[in-house]
Amino acid sequence: MLELTTTRHNELIDPFFHAWGWEIPVYLFLGGLVAGMMIISGYFLFSGRYKETDCSCYYLPRLSFIFLSLGMLALFLDLEHKQYVWRLYTTFRVTSPMSWGSWILILVYPVLIANMLLRLPETTKQKIPLLKKISDKMNSSHNLIRNIGVINMFLGAMLGMYTGILLSSLGARPLWSTSILWLLFLMSGLSGAAAFVHLIAKNVYERELLAKADNGFLIIELFVIMLMIIGLVVSTQVHKEAAMLLLSGRYAAVFWVFVIFIGILIPLLLQLLAVNHKIHHTPLAPILVITGGIILRFVIVYAGEYSHWFIVK
Amino acid sequence: MNSLSRRKFLKITGATVGAAAVITGSGKALFKGADKVNKKIVKGIKKIPTYCDVCFWKCGAIAYVKDGKLWKIEGNPKDPLSKGRLCPRGTGGVSAHYDPERLNSPLIRKKERGEEKWVAVTWGEALDYIAKKMNKIKEKYGPESMALFSHGVGGTFLKHTIKAFGSRNITAPSFAQCRGPRETGFELTFGDVVGSPERTDIKNSKCLVLIGSHLGENMHNTQVQEFAEAVEKGTSIIVVDPRFSVAASKAKYYLPIKPGTDIALLLAWMNVIVKEKLYDIDYVNKYGFGFEQFAAEISQYTPEWAYPETGIEPELIRTTAREMALYKPATLVHPGRHTTWYGDDTQRSRAIALLNALMGSWGRKGGFYLPYNYSVPKYKYPPYPKPEHEPVDNPNHKYPFAEGELLSTGIREATITGKPYPIKGWMVYATNLTQSLPNREETIKAIQNLDLLVVVDIIPSEIAGWADVVLPEVTYLERYDELNTASFRQSFISLRQPVVDAPGDQKPNWWIAKQLAERLGLEKYYPWKDIEEYLDTRLKGAGLSLNELKKKGVVTGPKEPIYFDEGIEPEFYTPSGKIEFYSLQLAEAGFDPVPKYKRPEQPPPGYFRLLFGRAPVHTFSKTQSYPLLHHQMEENVLWVNTDVAKRFGLKNGEYIKLKNTDGVISNKIKVYATERIRTDCVFMVHGFGQTSKQLKSTYLRGASDSQLITRYNTDPIMGGTGMNVNFVTFEWEV
Amino acid sequence: MARYAMVIDTTKCVGCQDCVIACETENNVPEGYCRDWITTATSGKFPTVQLEIRSERCNHCSEPPCVTSCPTGASHIHDVGGVVLVNHDECIGCKACLASCPYDARFIHPDGYADKCTFCIHRVEKGEDPACVSVCPTHCMHFGDLDDPESEVSKLLKERKYHTNLPEAGTGPNIYYLI
Repeated sequence: MLELTTTRHNELIDPFFHAWGWEIPVYLFLGGLVAGMMIISGYFLFSGRYKETDCSCYYLPRLSFIFLSLGMLALFLDLEHKQYVWRLYTTFRVTSPMSWGSWILILVYPVLIANMLLRLPETTKQKIPLLKKISDKMNSSHNLIRNIGVINMFLGAMLGMYTGILLSSLGARPLWSTSILWLLFLMSGLSGAAAFVHLIAKNVYERELLAKADNGFLIIELFVIMLMIIGLVVSTQVHKEAAMLLLSGRYAAVFWVFVIFIGILIPLLLQLLAVNHKIHHTPLAPILVITGGIILRFVIVYAGEYSHWFIVK
Repeated sequence: MNSLSRRKFLKITGATVGAAAVITGSGKALFKGADKVNKKIVKGIKKIPTYCDVCFWKCGAIAYVKDGKLWKIEGNPKDPLSKGRLCPRGTGGVSAHYDPERLNSPLIRKKERGEEKWVAVTWGEALDYIAKKMNKIKEKYGPESMALFSHGVGGTFLKHTIKAFGSRNITAPSFAQCRGPRETGFELTFGDVVGSPERTDIKNSKCLVLIGSHLGENMHNTQVQEFAEAVEKGTSIIVVDPRFSVAASKAKYYLPIKPGTDIALLLAWMNVIVKEKLYDIDYVNKYGFGFEQFAAEISQYTPEWAYPETGIEPELIRTTAREMALYKPATLVHPGRHTTWYGDDTQRSRAIALLNALMGSWGRKGGFYLPYNYSVPKYKYPPYPKPEHEPVDNPNHKYPFAEGELLSTGIREATITGKPYPIKGWMVYATNLTQSLPNREETIKAIQNLDLLVVVDIIPSEIAGWADVVLPEVTYLERYDELNTASFRQSFISLRQPVVDAPGDQKPNWWIAKQLAERLGLEKYYPWKDIEEYLDTRLKGAGLSLNELKKKGVVTGPKEPIYFDEGIEPEFYTPSGKIEFYSLQLAEAGFDPVPKYKRPEQPPPGYFRLLFGRAPVHTFSKTQSYPLLHHQMEENVLWVNTDVAKRFGLKNGEYIKLKNTDGVISNKIKVYATERIRTDCVFMVHGFGQTSKQLKSTYLRGASDSQLITRYNTDPIMGGTGMNVNFVTFEWEV
Repeated sequence: MARYAMVIDTTKCVGCQDCVIACETENNVPEGYCRDWITTATSGKFPTVQLEIRSERCNHCSEPPCVTSCPTGASHIHDVGGVVLVNHDECIGCKACLASCPYDARFIHPDGYADKCTFCIHRVEKGEDPACVSVCPTHCMHFGDLDDPESEVSKLLKERKYHTNLPEAGTGPNIYYLI
């Protein structure tokens, strides 16, 4: 057996790495949720559902705008050298997912705004005639709307994947260094967004559609989690130990109870019963999915921070 | 799981206030509270040579002062002790100056002793108070009733004042609680002491034997530097220790000895060496006295006899004995430094001396060299008054070979019993008596008998907490001190000089001693105006000057022969004039003329022998609050063998307490379950678990070995206190 | 081009932490933090025990993940010797570099920027050794240029057995431990 002792005593680093607190999981969750919402909204624009006046594609961009801004606020709160935040936008570092992310976020806003312009609140129309003019012009082109849908889907997918890549690029934390994390966070973002839209949609068809879609996303998510863990377990000792943090170690209880059962299996069961008309649709299922999505980000971030290369006794 | 730490919280809230909050935090924490330092700021970097005081090795150093603030301290390349490199404590000495918990002004006790309630007073008030009390003691009991406990060079002038006052009861725990048995053991054998710095020629040794000596954890600079040199050269190293020390990890042979049985091992080694005629026959014939009797005596101590005592296999004893003989005379059996272990320590030290004598290493390259010191005439003072009584520490020469220095525990005993005459005043300089003397309760009992306890210290130490008057001293970086002219390979002289101003109302020891003497009507003993005049006078007597030393820091004498082989005529200041294998002096005084082994008391079931030692970043209990050193080691841990930990259900890193066989319960301490220690003992670093409430950074951090050392075996030969005789068990109510 | 590296002789190191404290004073490291530290690895069963004592710090990796993960370019490879440094006024304190370092060699300075060992580049550019190397009482640390085959570090690596920490993390560490 190896005994390792160290005299190092740095805050956020020792006795184990814990530099990121609640801000980053919240940011990753909100980023993923917005990504899913953009994909859903974009799909509705692309597929022509925007013709329905109560289509969620008309209010999702507004909510996305708010959630994304909250997410960015969380990210900003995490920065330790806040007065230099502008440095993100004086450069582009091709190797840094964080740099990619900050530029993607910059691109997301105009795309959301383009989506938002398709339907303006009456007061805005009256106050700013220019916007009304633009909005009317946009609405006159079916192709433009479809293209806005495509761009929303594309950037949404980028955003969703980026939230995973941000972590998986950090090879120093074995739990994160899995090439499948982007898919997990994308799927979790989609399932969360589907659940959210399901929860708030005014249109019955959309509710039904999203419940079905959500079931699909949840099944894929479960499958991806399985693949991720298998991938880690069959890898090196340190990766195996990282996986064990979730399976039987420090974070196992939260992982199994909140992520797998409450976040995926129970809502999946409820929604399967609901879409097969065995039970009524219940807001409980989407609420559980969203909760599971938040906790997934916390578990992955915290367990990942705890996972390490050094084998400590 | 959430880690919104306090600092981070402040960070977030700070950010809303704006950038100003960030700028104020600019990482200058080290310089906190030091703004007052150096009123006249000199821009740029100034290098000032001085010598270190974080331990008692006194390495030559160079302090860097940047824009008027102390920046860093490096070794002085011209200094033979440091050779340009300090130990971690010396490097961290910067924070002695910056320690935010330093005493700031003289204090007089307001409530009961030990309650740590004070009134801040001026120096005049404090010194008047002390002088008045001292005079009262003198009137009532005589001047000898005033005792001084003083450790290190900084006590020079206080000793002078106390001698002028009429008392010779001046002592330091560095004798009877540390080096004493070694010096007596070597003096009885070779007629000379080992001294400090030790005259060990480690760098030239070809075989180095360390018995409990944990060089590398004990950071006496030159020794560690030479030890590393020896490691690099491939010196054959034999380490005997119940704990797998850092030194053990560098050893060719590690002997995991059962604690307290070293004499058995030493006798068996000598048995093999004599029986197999592996000793330096010429050397022994030429310089030895009583070898025949010695040889006859040890013929009974075979490795097979030693095996059940020591737990060291006979073959390993033979192999290591032959290994030593292979490299003789460059085989150095290190005499150790802190040698007060079991109460038979003089005899163990004598056995070590005899083993060295068999190797012919005394006076030989790779063994013990003959040191030189720089001759600087003493300052001429009027003669001290002749005391009416002998020193109080060793009545009727109970410990016949306690010579040269006084027994601190003897003075403590006299303070308690009032016999042979009462001790009513203690002055304590730079020694934390409740930590440095065994059995804390006895020390406190003695303090209760005092009419006056004055503590001169830099920090509010534990002993300062018991004082009537606390006098805040400046650190070594802010004062002149007596010259260092210690004996070494080459004679040298080094100067301590102030490199920065003191941050508050602290004063140097020479000033305190002189002011006190003047108040006691002893001004004729202080003919000099200030210490600069004193130092310059002494230096001029040696053909040097203070100005020269201020620039150079260290001046070395010529290289001179240090081995017999270089032409020195061997001289042994023993009664026979030879190396005494058989000691008639000891026999006449009723002791064993050749060391004998006595089996030590064993721990009761469920108990473990408490061993203690040192860590590289701290000196005893004095440095725990220095920020730089504090953060390197904030508390000590309890070394427990992993199997023992498993058996007792102790988890690594959990806090437990220790209870000794007298029912004393320690402060909480973290378990360090390790393969690096035997199963019958536990180990902790000395100096922690301090109880001074004023010293917040160290208050009850870790456990105090001293607190658990309620028992000690007194060495009948010289009065040293063997302290490794306490047994502890684990307690869980933390 | 130069490739600066440190070669540390674990057989001589006693783990005294002098390197750590010298770094603190030389670089005015904020109180309570450290840019270098001592790791002790103990293996075996008493009394047959082995120790490896290592003075550890930023490995100034040849392929530093902290540099690639930095979104602003604050973490960069210095022109001289491949030393990895941080420009304080470009750092936003996002901690991606902290998370990317398998050695956990970085920390956030109380002023907000990521901080770590600089190989004492300010000393090295004046021809001095890093502070930690220059104070070591056991002379167990060596600093120099691996691209120069005549340098002390190159020679030591030619003559002695050594290892690096976590080579499997794939970052190309430049602190070598002689064993």
